[in-house]
Amino acid sequence: MTTETTTITNKMTTRNVDVFYGEKQAINGVSIDIDMENVTAFIGPSGCGKSTFLRTMNRMNDTIPSCRVTGEITLDGEDIYAPSMDVVQLRARVGMVFQKPNPFPKSIYDNIAYGPRIHGLASGKEELDRIVEKSLQRAGLWAEVKDRLNESGTALSGGQQQRLCIARAIAVDPEVILMDEPCSALDPIATAKIEELIHELRGKYAIVIVTHNMQQAARVSQRTAFFHLGTMVEYGDTSEMFTNPQEERTRDYITGRYG
Amino acid sequence: MNTTNNSTEHTVKAFDSDISEMRGLIAEIGGRAEKSISLAMKALADNDYDLAREVVKNDKQIDALEEKIDRMVIQTIALRAPMADDLRELVATLKISGVVERIGDYAKNIAKRVAVIDNNLHIEPASLLPAMAQAASQLVDDALTAYATRDADLADQVCERDRVVDDFYNTIFRSLVTHMVDNPKHIGAGAHFLFIAKNLERIGDHATNVAEMVYFAVTGENIGERERGDNPSDPLYSED
Ligand SMILES: Nc1ncnc2c1ncn2[C@@H]1O[C@H](COP(=O)(O)OP(=O)(O)OP(=O)(O)O)[C@@H](O)[C@H]1O
Ligand SMILES: [Mg+2]
Repeated sequence: MTTETTTITNKMTTRNVDVFYGEKQAINGVSIDIDMENVTAFIGPSGCGKSTFLRTMNRMNDTIPSCRVTGEITLDGEDIYAPSMDVVQLRARVGMVFQKPNPFPKSIYDNIAYGPRIHGLASGKEELDRIVEKSLQRAGLWAEVKDRLNESGTALSGGQQQRLCIARAIAVDPEVILMDEPCSALDPIATAKIEELIHELRGKYAIVIVTHNMQQAARVSQRTAFFHLGTMVEYGDTSEMFTNPQEERTRDYITGRYG
Repeated sequence: MNTTNNSTEHTVKAFDSDISEMRGLIAEIGGRAEKSISLAMKALADNDYDLAREVVKNDKQIDALEEKIDRMVIQTIALRAPMADDLRELVATLKISGVVERIGDYAKNIAKRVAVIDNNLHIEPASLLPAMAQAASQLVDDALTAYATRDADLADQVCERDRVVDDFYNTIFRSLVTHMVDNPKHIGAGAHFLFIAKNLERIGDHATNVAEMVYFAVTGENIGERERGDNPSDPLYSED
């Protein structure tokens, strides 16, 4: 036994990341390390740039024409904006759950099976069935949909759709999962299931979660980053952030004194 | 961030009024505990049984206040899920109310001895007790002032000054024991005075506890462990 086991390796790093929408700068010089051991929460007032920054981490912002990213973002030390980077592959490795649920207009089954299929993760129908069931189980949706897997994903309720998207994200067994307010449309039980899932996935995947719910951030994360007006004001251990933040702006925000 | 800036109000105004109500209740329970100490000591000095009984009666109100504060803190934590300095303050408030209630108990314990001490005996070392009570009571007062004004420096001073009370205790302890050896007939009353000195010493310790809580609430850090005046050779020493 060596003490090496406690060494934390960074799964993703960002250095001096700026993001612009046209002329308007939305993110200003953000440098952060994301590791496998800890769940990282992004908190901050609406419009501060959490989603924008999260999207840079798997190049989802490529789909927004006016959006420009500078600085460096790496996955396992590799620059994800390098020309050699395969974006489809990148998004399989860095999965994302969006703020608004966005199921494909396909069956519940196909919503989950789509990723494993195109990435060749299942050797046959049986294995695909197993992946679909397991993913739905983990997202806390299986019991509700197991008898209607052929119905359209868009026919589900908002909260069910969100869990479907979470199931879809974990079905491809990503290395990093970015979740943008995954529980904002969920009831407390479904929320608890997602939080349980996050606990379960911790250590296997690097996880980043954006949440407006302070208690949720405190419950599920070990590291918290506070964003304000496009900058990362404070980044530290969650327990410290919520009991003794170092920055006044953080304190004002988490104690409800903001604005 | 070693200062608390409570100038900014919460977006939810009701939270601010809950907090100020709790601060008011701590001031009230603290004021009653201090009063209990001074009345108990006056009852002892004047051999006034009625006054002693009043202290005992007063203690019920202190207990009721503690309960009220605890209920309010718990409800506020449940409703508002406080964070950072708010959370620290509420936790401190919860603990302080318990500690102040104990201070009231010690004062009550002193008052209960009034009826059983034979005050016709002249026991010189006991004459230091009023000054000791004054010092202990002042610590309680300062600790509560530190709470009311979010004053970490004053809290720190209270912890430092607890030594004075401990020194009183050690002096009274030694001279009482010597006195009892020389005057075996005084052992009964002497033992009561010993316990009274011990009660006052514990009041000083609890004032320190309050101050430590205040320090934590204000700064987010624990006050540095300092050497306590607790004397392990003291046969009455107990960690209660
Ligand atoms: N597609 C876009 N085009 C132009 N501006 C955008 C776009 N998306 C976001 N912005 C702007 O960038 C800033 C950050 O927005 P972003 O959605 O990242 O905030 P957020 O922190 O996720 O907020 P919320 O908590 O409300 O989701 C905002 O000023 C927003 O108006
Ligand atoms: Mg967002």
